[in-house]
Amino acid sequence: MSIHRNAGADTLALHAGQTPDPVHRSRATAIHFTTGFAFQDCDHAEALFNGERAGHVDAQLSNPTNAVLEERVAALDGGIGAIACASGQAALMLAITTLMGSGGHIVASRSLYGGSHKLLAYTLPRFGIETTFVPPRDAQAWRAAIRPETRLLFAEALGNPGLKVLDIPGVAAIAHKARVPLLVDATLVTPALQCPLDLGADLVMHAATGFLGGHGVAVGGLLVDGGSFDWEASAHRFPTLTEPCEGLDGVDLAEESPIAAFLLRARREGLRDFGACLSPMNAFQILQGVETLGLRMQRHVANARALVGHLVAHPLVESVSWPELDSHPDHALAARLLPKGCGGVFSFNLKGGRAAGRAFIESLQLVSHLSGIGDARSLAIHPASSTHFSMAPETLLAAGITEGTIRLSTGLEDASDLVEDLERGLHAVGKATGTR
Amino acid sequence: MKINLSGHLSERSSFCYTAGRRLDREQPTAVFIHGAGHDHSVWSLQTRYFASHGWNVVAPDLPGHGRSAGPALASIELMAEWILALVAKLGAERIMLIGHSMGSLIALHAAAAAPGCVARLALAGTAAPMTVAPSLLEAALADRDEAHRMIKQWSHAPATRLGASSVPGICVTALNERLMQRQAPGVLHADMAACNAYAAALDAAARVHCPTLLLCGAQDRMTPPKALAALVSAFTEAPVSRLVLASTGHAMMAESPGAVLDALWHFAHVTNPSAGEAQ
Repeated sequence: MSIHRNAGADTLALHAGQTPDPVHRSRATAIHFTTGFAFQDCDHAEALFNGERAGHVDAQLSNPTNAVLEERVAALDGGIGAIACASGQAALMLAITTLMGSGGHIVASRSLYGGSHKLLAYTLPRFGIETTFVPPRDAQAWRAAIRPETRLLFAEALGNPGLKVLDIPGVAAIAHKARVPLLVDATLVTPALQCPLDLGADLVMHAATGFLGGHGVAVGGLLVDGGSFDWEASAHRFPTLTEPCEGLDGVDLAEESPIAAFLLRARREGLRDFGACLSPMNAFQILQGVETLGLRMQRHVANARALVGHLVAHPLVESVSWPELDSHPDHALAARLLPKGCGGVFSFNLKGGRAAGRAFIESLQLVSHLSGIGDARSLAIHPASSTHFSMAPETLLAAGITEGTIRLSTGLEDASDLVEDLERGLHAVGKATGTR
Repeated sequence: MKINLSGHLSERSSFCYTAGRRLDREQPTAVFIHGAGHDHSVWSLQTRYFASHGWNVVAPDLPGHGRSAGPALASIELMAEWILALVAKLGAERIMLIGHSMGSLIALHAAAAAPGCVARLALAGTAAPMTVAPSLLEAALADRDEAHRMIKQWSHAPATRLGASSVPGICVTALNERLMQRQAPGVLHADMAACNAYAAALDAAARVHCPTLLLCGAQDRMTPPKALAALVSAFTEAPVSRLVLASTGHAMMAESPGAVLDALWHFAHVTNPSAGEAQ
């Protein structure tokens, strides 16, 4: 069962989590630039530290501005709450360290953002946490990779780089049969296009740096808890949540709050100890993006449709990868799980290899050449000459990238201007490869 | 703690939250009773405070709820009997009995049935009679999801449904809904039917002699403040105080946790509770 929303998505995006300031009556969310919060007296301080009273204790743990962002995104996603983090990577790390320690095991999709892949493949093994990577479309591979010490299944709603659509209900069923939670990175879809918690996921993370913020000005992340996973039913797997916690004065979090145990531990321990809190300024800036999320995502999708439609028929384009296209292997799944659209990011392969890719990128005037996604401005990257520059062609292919692959994050500009810019790039490709 | 009340209504194991502490016979005891379709965790903030300030706290999961084995008990009278059996088993004397919504009816009936056992009585989100809308009762039986939606809508003040949460980063309405979803099928309907059928509230109130606090949310649509009038009048033998919490609905422990705690703490310690109203 999913959570009933208290209002429509666009209303939640503007109002959820915020009450006009009771003192000054300011309507917009205030930015609370403070490192601490004054206690009324010693009893009040003690009660806050001991979790007997709700409120803000220390800006590393919570902040009123951040709380608005947390509650708003949780409300949009259908979660019971959220924690704002310094980045999407911090949100992922917070989820992992809340659920497991050394000896833990993760089963993750092979189609991940590079930073997530590096964390799981190279960094976490140094701390005793192993990951098995599986093809996201292979249900049997997910099942086979689960071990007794598995604590988490993890994948992206739209996998990098080929935009593989995650069968969230299917993978969630596999996770739940094994009594482990499923965490979905929903950065590319945002709650405007898909709410993984409604489809069976237990936890959701966002790199808010992308479409949630949407303006390319603030790095941040969100970790959202659906409150649906029964930690007590898998108590032996999750002693961090179901046994008295020494670092939290012996509190048994699942006993105290069967529904919110994960968020309680993540905030009171993970955020406190690892220190990846979000600046309230960034929270405010991301909130400005969230307020128009529904409208922006419609436009991102509309522009992506226009550009894909132009590119797919172009003689210098080998192929376009976007789940809305019939040619995409997940087209049917996307129609079921992403009926509002497949987001603003897509990739395409130019004929002419590396030289074509370089020529295209370097001749763009409106579309910016950078590695991010989710900006109001359109962004493009040629992985073979940037993020994946050190890889040999065969290694690139194994990662689903050719030497002529371009990834484009569609912005909010007029589609006609974007088409004109792409034409400029394609013209340069023709010149560079002699195929005009 | 796990407790087995053999011979008393539910032979199966029951759970009582005690904030992880052993009961100390030298300390006073507060018993917190949850409402329909809920469990002990609705009292998490208030119980922790009492527990670390010199009180034993006992917040049971009623049979069939939370960690307590089922089935759910079928009437308020049986639930009150179960609570008194639990208190006797724990050896607690002269307790402060606190109940929310359905829990308030249980507390009221128990206080009337065992006046020597209850020193103070706090009823939060209460009404007499506690009539349940037929549409909600029907939904609780046939369509739990719809029942949860209705309860969520009627239990929270507008500011809670859309505004800032009292607990940073937590959507208290969603937390409430997930807690109801976590309960076994049939439990919510059994609870609602028990509330709807309970007709002894006014008689029970007349038999209560201990100081009594009635706590209500100004924007409560489940048990609105105006529904309290008959009950207030029925407490002919007990000093009654009534407190209306502003901008608060039925789910007051989550919506206004500090105000509820302050009210209970003050009531627990004031020397001579007397009739009165506050807002």
